[in-house]
Amino acid sequence: MKYRRSNSRILEGDLTPMIDMTFQLIAFFMLLINFSEVDRAEEIMLPASNLAVPPAERPDYQIILNLEPNGTVKFFGQAYDQIARLTPLLRSEVNNAAREGVRNPGEIAVIIRSHEDTPTGLVQTLIMKCQEEKLENFNLRVKDREF
Amino acid sequence: MKIELAEPDEIKLQMTAMIDIVFQLLIFFIMTFKVVAMEGDFSVRMPLASSSADRLDEALPEQIMVRLQAGENGNLSNITVDGLETFIDTDVNAMYRALNEYVERKLAGEVNPESGGEVEVEFDIDFSLKYKYTVKGIEAVSGRILPDGSVKKLVQKIKFKDNTKRPL
Repeated sequence: MKYRRSNSRILEGDLTPMIDMTFQLIAFFMLLINFSEVDRAEEIMLPASNLAVPPAERPDYQIILNLEPNGTVKFFGQAYDQIARLTPLLRSEVNNAAREGVRNPGEIAVIIRSHEDTPTGLVQTLIMKCQEEKLENFNLRVKDREF
Repeated sequence: MKIELAEPDEIKLQMTAMIDIVFQLLIFFIMTFKVVAMEGDFSVRMPLASSSADRLDEALPEQIMVRLQAGENGNLSNITVDGLETFIDTDVNAMYRALNEYVERKLAGEVNPESGGEVEVEFDIDFSLKYKYTVKGIEAVSGRILPDGSVKKLVQKIKFKDNTKRPL
């Protein structure tokens, strides 16, 4: 009896749809990735509200101050254990803003991200500290309640 | 003479390396992906108090005084408005609803013409009151969400009484 040997062939799956899909996933994550998280202290739980509006446009110059319940202020990852010690930082920020063309400190947006359990007196103390440097445009940041 | 045409070899691209790196990129993005909650702002313009001489020419806005008193552990105890009405309830939201209704009633009534039609809310808040109750207070005087989803704006000018002295 004669056996006919069939030609052995390498089986190759079609990888095109998988590569397409993978590239689409990469594109999706690349678009959503946000590297500006440095100025946010993730451990701060913001109070919730329905009425607060997301900022329509980024202000010309902004200072984001994260306030913890014990009065520690975090600015770009650096912690200041007392609000009273913020003066040099605020002064340097006002000077930086002036170098970038925002000469009037009243136009600098001060974004206060305070933990929901922080005593309000500490928030007021922080506001007054900023007022000493002629900052007057305050944004009290909250999270969307529906989220 | 017979010319034999050689069959062209199939050109195969080496895909393995590309797929490796693409998967590594994908894993990096998946691991670093973070769902961030939507955030919004309450904008408050608070200049340092100007001297009384500077304010002579300005029309002083009509003021609503709102006192938020802290109870145990920094929780809200009661709300007093204009020193006239006090809202006390075990349900915190009920107190804020009453505040919202008071402000709405006040705005619906006659506003002093000398105020230039402007109304301002001054908050007098205990030092120890948790910030979340302050934000709820600001929300209650700022507006209300109507059943159709639109926002009815109330008072936009807000200021705080200086309560920065820590109680002994």
